[in-house]
Amino acid sequence: MVTGGVTKFAKAHPAMDFRLMVKRAYDYALRDATNLTSDRIDGTRISYFSDHFSRQLKAASMVQDYLGMNPKGSVRIEWGGATGGECFQAAYEAVASGRMDVCLAAGYETMSRVATWKGNEFIALASDTNFDFPLGGFYTGYYALMVVRHVYEYLRLGKFAHVRDEREAQRLAIAEAQRVMSWVSVKNHVNALHNPYAQYPKRVSVDDVLRSEMISYPLTRDQICTMSDGAAVAVLCDEARAKEFTDRPIRVTGVGCGTDTMRLADRPFGKVPLFPHEKAADYERLSYPGVHSFRAGRAAGLEAYRMAGITDPIRQLDFIELHDAYASSEIQTYEDLGLCRYGEGYDFTLTGAPFLKHLDYGLPVPDAGKIPVNPSGGLIACGHPVGATGLMQGVFAFWQLQERIAKHFGDPTLQLEHPQRGAIHSHAGTGSSVTVSILERGY
Amino acid sequence: MAKPKTFSKFRDVQEEITRSGSAIFRDKDGFEALVVRSPYAIEYIHSYAEDSPFFLGLAEGKILGSRCTNAACRFVFATPRSHCMVCGTATQWHPLPNRGKLHSWTTCHFGSEAFLKETPYNLALVEFEGAGSVLLARLKDCTEKDLYVGMPVEARFSDQPRYSITDLWFVPART
Repeated sequence: MVTGGVTKFAKAHPAMDFRLMVKRAYDYALRDATNLTSDRIDGTRISYFSDHFSRQLKAASMVQDYLGMNPKGSVRIEWGGATGGECFQAAYEAVASGRMDVCLAAGYETMSRVATWKGNEFIALASDTNFDFPLGGFYTGYYALMVVRHVYEYLRLGKFAHVRDEREAQRLAIAEAQRVMSWVSVKNHVNALHNPYAQYPKRVSVDDVLRSEMISYPLTRDQICTMSDGAAVAVLCDEARAKEFTDRPIRVTGVGCGTDTMRLADRPFGKVPLFPHEKAADYERLSYPGVHSFRAGRAAGLEAYRMAGITDPIRQLDFIELHDAYASSEIQTYEDLGLCRYGEGYDFTLTGAPFLKHLDYGLPVPDAGKIPVNPSGGLIACGHPVGATGLMQGVFAFWQLQERIAKHFGDPTLQLEHPQRGAIHSHAGTGSSVTVSILERGY
Repeated sequence: MAKPKTFSKFRDVQEEITRSGSAIFRDKDGFEALVVRSPYAIEYIHSYAEDSPFFLGLAEGKILGSRCTNAACRFVFATPRSHCMVCGTATQWHPLPNRGKLHSWTTCHFGSEAFLKETPYNLALVEFEGAGSVLLARLKDCTEKDLYVGMPVEARFSDQPRYSITDLWFVPART
């Protein structure tokens, strides 16, 4: 990867349509590179999630011609919430296969074109329309179902195993999970205070998050990402040309993708696919994935780590931009990506390991900086214009690894100290497809 | 002589824009974006196809799962599918009990536009004895405070079927 650009994510950008948003991000990326002009780009991969939001089919063709890319090759990428992550990998594949020397990955979403609850309906159409959607199709509801079971498996049967009364035990376990999820929300909102691209930076406390509106029990508003308008682009090229375009190219050393059933109800009860640092005995009693964990995330992590030679992710990764559509799914994903064992996600959060050093969260975070997760603020605070999100993660990771956060954010606070390697994680549906890509300093 | 009135109704553009349900959005640079409304409605002609017997079954008060016909597999799906996800063999319809227990649950206080008026509503994943997967359904006659994982529930069926998954819901089981 040699350059990238992002528009500020916002509730609505009425003065820009999707073509202009992409153009702005693209022009920014060209300006930030050296010797990169559009004639050097061999083709594009363009991502957006839903045709419903723009009521414009084949909208990627309009991006292609607005950028002046015709008659170069292009294809639209769509893979639910992981659309942006897939687009990044599609551009990687175009270059790695030798088909292109230089490929532009561009993504956007314009979700403001319908009211919020209509937007939720469009998103919920990405669930089985025979068996799931008519029941009250609502993604926050689906994630609530998943976290309630996650809490049962790991807190009720773990930390609260000693409580005799079943209902009381579950009530205590959920209250504990709500508290820990609020830590994640605090982290991501506070990190975003230093990211000018973020939609909802704010200083919040655990109590604020718990007191925000209940959306779908036990998830409150501040634990959930919002709908956004936004665009992001990344330019990938082969190694021979990288130094022409930047003095600090970033190498993509691993790509992974995993899938699971569309319907939550179909998730089987089997065995955990293990990372090298895990043992089968760790999970003897665990039915996996059920609805409590994301097998697709685990599979994506396994593939990407294997390719990048990562055997101990928490030591070998310096940060992760993680698809935190919900604070619950960030905690579930810590486990899927092997940052801790299954069942340890809540305690892992409370150690502070995914927090940044030197930031004041108003929380005790002794292990802060061990593996910063969502230093940018993630989806919860940056927003989630679906087709752009995975590419936004790529751009933020790219700037981190270039050590140029200060230049692009106008604020050095979120810059990690000499990061060598980071991961970006893009997640779709109820975990029906997930991508993980590994980026490393290439200079 | 009176002036021609042909275009008079367009004289106050701002008023006309507002009257039509449209709006001008002025950004910080003074650029004016014209924002209009365009309705979009559609009726789909949707076939349940191979899933049809399940929806016909609900109208008769039956929950039909499906069971793999491969003797070495015999996986039972609580949400039916016509071919086995484990081994690929065709399945056969397999009646499920009307009682089960909560595998997981939530109460939705908001929802998609289509369901906002029904909030709050409960969603449940229901486990059945002998089935290897679960079924998503609404849960009625109870509130957030009553619910817990493992709670016994029993099925109710609409006596005026709309041939939708909503023809089935669960309630707390009578002991």
